[in-house]
Amino acid sequence: MTTPVALREKAETEAARLPELLARAEHLAGAVLLGDHGRRRAGAGDDFWQYRPAQLGDSRRMIDHRRSAMGDVQFVREREWQIAQSVMLWVDQGASMRFASKPDLGTKAERARVLGLAAAILLVRGGERVGLTGTRLPPRRGNMQILRLAEVFSEDAEDDYAPPEHRAMVPHARALFISDFMGDVEAVRTALTKAADRGVRGVLLHVLDPAEEAFPFRGRTVFESMGGTMEHETLKASDLRDRYLDRLAARKAELQHLCSVAGWQYGLHHTNSSAQSGLLWIWRALDGGRERP
Amino acid sequence: MTVFGPIGFLVPWLLVALIALPVLWLILRAIPPAPIRQRFPGVALLLGLKDDESVSDRTPWWLLLLRMLAVAAMIVGLAGPVLNPEDDGQAGTGPLLIVMDGSWAGATQWPRQIEAVAGELRRAGTANREVALLHLADPQQPVFQAANTIAARLPGVVPAPWQPGDAADLIARLPEGNFETVWFSDALAYPAHARLLEALEARGPVRVTQAVTDVIALTPAAYVDGLIELTALRVSPGSERGVTVLAQGRDPAGNAAILASANAAFGPGDTRAETSLSLPSELRARVTRFEVQGARSSGAVTLVDDSLRRREIALIAGREGREGLELLSPLHYLERALEPTADLLRGALGDVLPANPDVIVLADVATLSDGEAEAISAWIEDGGLLLRFAGPRVAASDISRIDEDPLMPVRLRSGGRSVGGAMSWGSPKTLAPFKEGSPFFGLEIPADVAITAQVMAQPDPTLAERVVAELSDGTPLVTRKRVGQGQIVLFHVTANAEWSSLPLSGLFVEMLERLAVSSTSSAPSAGDLEGTIWTPQIVMDGFGALRDAGSMPGVAGPRLVTDPAGPDLLPGVYTSGDRSLARNVLTAGATLEATQWPARIAVSGLIIVPEQPLGGLLLGLAIGLLLADVIASLALSGRLTGRVRAGGAAAIGVALLIATLPQGPARAQQGPADQIAAASEVVLAHVITGNKEIDDVAQAGLRGLSDTLFFRTSVEPAPPIGVDLETDELAFFPMLYWPITPDQPRPSREAYAKLNDYLRSGGLILFDTRDADIAGFGTASANGRKLQDLAAPLDIPALEPIPRDHVLTRTFYLLQDFPGRHLNGEIWVEAAPPGAEQVEGMPFRNLNDGVTPVVIGGNDWAAAWAVTSNGQYMLPVGRGFGGERQRELAFRFGVNLVMHVLTGNYKSDQVHVPALLDRLGQ
Repeated sequence: MTTPVALREKAETEAARLPELLARAEHLAGAVLLGDHGRRRAGAGDDFWQYRPAQLGDSRRMIDHRRSAMGDVQFVREREWQIAQSVMLWVDQGASMRFASKPDLGTKAERARVLGLAAAILLVRGGERVGLTGTRLPPRRGNMQILRLAEVFSEDAEDDYAPPEHRAMVPHARALFISDFMGDVEAVRTALTKAADRGVRGVLLHVLDPAEEAFPFRGRTVFESMGGTMEHETLKASDLRDRYLDRLAARKAELQHLCSVAGWQYGLHHTNSSAQSGLLWIWRALDGGRERP
Repeated sequence: MTVFGPIGFLVPWLLVALIALPVLWLILRAIPPAPIRQRFPGVALLLGLKDDESVSDRTPWWLLLLRMLAVAAMIVGLAGPVLNPEDDGQAGTGPLLIVMDGSWAGATQWPRQIEAVAGELRRAGTANREVALLHLADPQQPVFQAANTIAARLPGVVPAPWQPGDAADLIARLPEGNFETVWFSDALAYPAHARLLEALEARGPVRVTQAVTDVIALTPAAYVDGLIELTALRVSPGSERGVTVLAQGRDPAGNAAILASANAAFGPGDTRAETSLSLPSELRARVTRFEVQGARSSGAVTLVDDSLRRREIALIAGREGREGLELLSPLHYLERALEPTADLLRGALGDVLPANPDVIVLADVATLSDGEAEAISAWIEDGGLLLRFAGPRVAASDISRIDEDPLMPVRLRSGGRSVGGAMSWGSPKTLAPFKEGSPFFGLEIPADVAITAQVMAQPDPTLAERVVAELSDGTPLVTRKRVGQGQIVLFHVTANAEWSSLPLSGLFVEMLERLAVSSTSSAPSAGDLEGTIWTPQIVMDGFGALRDAGSMPGVAGPRLVTDPAGPDLLPGVYTSGDRSLARNVLTAGATLEATQWPARIAVSGLIIVPEQPLGGLLLGLAIGLLLADVIASLALSGRLTGRVRAGGAAAIGVALLIATLPQGPARAQQGPADQIAAASEVVLAHVITGNKEIDDVAQAGLRGLSDTLFFRTSVEPAPPIGVDLETDELAFFPMLYWPITPDQPRPSREAYAKLNDYLRSGGLILFDTRDADIAGFGTASANGRKLQDLAAPLDIPALEPIPRDHVLTRTFYLLQDFPGRHLNGEIWVEAAPPGAEQVEGMPFRNLNDGVTPVVIGGNDWAAAWAVTSNGQYMLPVGRGFGGERQRELAFRFGVNLVMHVLTGNYKSDQVHVPALLDRLGQ
């Protein structure tokens, strides 16, 4: 049972982490120029799109009198159709993400959260609605949503490998999945299949630690998962390296295959490269949040 | 102890554990290294991967070997291995008497001998034997004691500068009962030896250890015809060998120096080697002793007494009172020739004789009064040398004409002769080569020596043996007659250049030198010394080191010559009145004889192989191997990665550094570059007190003062320097600022010497007690007391509170007080001379001519001067404008002080300028 005191203490701790995550994410997002989010066609929106001659059926109220007064033709001022896109995030909170091979490298979870939140900030600035897959945080717009996202991101999950959350996906929304995808690939397959069913397209960002790519282990070693639920003992770790790398390559290939089948984009990011490059890639992949033609 | 070859083991049964090594090998081989637990998210991908069957993760053989070696080294190390064990299982039982000859002959080998004795004592100690020590040359009653009691006394056992004495006395000292004897012999025979050996053999077995190297000794130097003859002796007639004999003495500056050296070579089979030294008499007179180079023994040193001192020579001329004709003076050339090497006595013969000169020169003196003649005769009998020169007076007189005058070596023909002159036939005569037996034999005769006149000797039966030099036509030029211990020498020419050019030549000087040398007193006999008491001045110890005799009692003269050296007759220099006599270890005709041991006695050389415990070494090796094993194991198991590797390497590096670096604090040294920098510009300096805060403020203060000087005056100082009194040279700094802290260390004596030099050579020290209070009467504050303590050894003149007309008040600015951070402290400078009066019409008294060596105050000037590196004032002074004014005055004081240091009394002298100008105008 959580006593109020303990609750408050925990909340303070969480709150103390929030600004940091937010600040870093804001900082990251500030480096990306905001594109326009118009739909490149007339519709409901704030920005001017074009003047067109009034047609039958147009309400009188729609006539732009300032423009029409310059001539005999009555013009209607059209605004660009601006529609908010829903972008659903899933950032892996599993224990496997809390791995860093060197102390000066951040954990994968940290990088994934920063990237996810930074993308969310950019999207919110662009007027999109951002939320999480699942029912916990449905897409909303506004800065409060960023705070909520940050709060959720600062929670750790207990599981070693969290499966992608694919429930309650808004149809035709965009999605951003960030994980190391070390767990069961079937869960990913299920999620992507379901997303494809609902017309959701998106981006899969594979975050890996450099040690996971290099496998720099030698000698007699007992490998444990981060949560301690799995372990594997070997007498000569260096012998396993090639086979491990084969399996990793196979995993990447499978993810890429799944993405191409589902119409998603696959990206690989290492924690020793800069977060900026990861964010830029996400931004390009989401095409600035713009819906593809 | 169990001994295997050269190695013994203290705990040999521990070596049994070595059997366990192969078992350990098998066990270790079977155990793979412990796994590392590695958190790794990619484990999901690893699941199901099987290890290759062929991979056997056993410990590699070299690591096993490493561990085996470590364990083996540890086992062997714990078993207590000892290299060259002294206790080789042959130590005897029962009491042991150690006999040492302990004479000067063993002194050269003394440390090795003592080491050998110590080794013997250790062996006896481990065997629990009682030991007694009998020093034969300097015997004490031997008492059987525990070995380490004797060992503690060993450093005090030194060789004596004489040989062991009376056998009966020594035998009487032998302890009761039977005992084994170890005899450390010096290889030099002495009378008591055989009887002592018999007595010892009667009490038990005797072993003999003998120093193997040769004993070298030096007999007293002898002076024969201008050469110093030195004889080196050795005990055993071995192969060819050369020794170097050094003449030690004092150089003209009075420092001990090697004045000359000569090489003597022992031929194969010879025990004597002779050499001779030809030294200028000036140098010869300074020789105090001869010694064999490298031999640290009193036998190889021979002291020199006053037989080499400067001779006293009385010069008496017949013709006096011709003032101004110096070159014609009969004594002129003699004086010039003798002055450098002898003490010349002037005066009437009657006055000179009591001074007992070595030589009396009579130049053209024909007749002597009877009393004088008698006195001179007696003096010659006692060994005086009468040197006569002919001349017009002698030629004109009837002296030694009919009968041989007692004071003339030969009879003379009347009138003399003149050759080669304008009124005579023939050419000037030259000298014939000196014959063998003449004291001049071997001297080279310059071609330009010509004799134009001389007195002629009457042919006599004795003439031939009395001639020591003759002309080319065979007429005698120099004749000599021995009278008693002395001699009379006549030069048949004048002592000036009237009759010959001989006095103008170098030959003249050489001839005089030969004659003067051969006039030295011979070695005295016992009879000569009857009734005299000689007191030792300098005595030698067994090593040949000289020391002052102190208040040692005197020795009767005959004993000095006849008795052997002993505890009451130490070798050394003895004096009686003005005479001094050297008593050496060896006398003039001494020989050295080697000790003859009977065949039944085992004589071993002095071979010492020190015992060396190896346990520590092996245990250290084991630990080193185990450390290597740690690193190798870490490397093998993959734990030695990244930071661990760097850290490990760093730790090993640090450990190596600690092991190799010499201990002791590192001190900052003033390098040559700093010294050049300090010398090439005006640099203010402060004394480093050790208190960082104070030192920083002092540095900043001097920086501020330097800046002020730079801006306002033509003094442009370089950045100030902190000086460490112990290590740094002070001579470069015009002024030292010395803040006083109660806890600063007192400088060493060397540093004080440096400071006093600095003060005497015009430096100034500004002492600052920083307590705003009394500077002179330091009872009130800790800083004041510290100042008194620090300044006590300094050479500081009398001080007084600064007078109002002191030159410090006007060297640059006109000042009346000298504030620093504090305002009203009195400052003290060198007191004015007592006679300083204010002169009418002069504004100032004429005070000290120089710079006051110290200024003492407590106003904490550095704090007022201190600026930070960007020019801001570091510490506040006073309040508001008043404070800034105070700071300004502090700077002015600093400027005045530096000006005072740099210009001295220049400003004082400026006072006189109006008066001087006034005078010039008129």
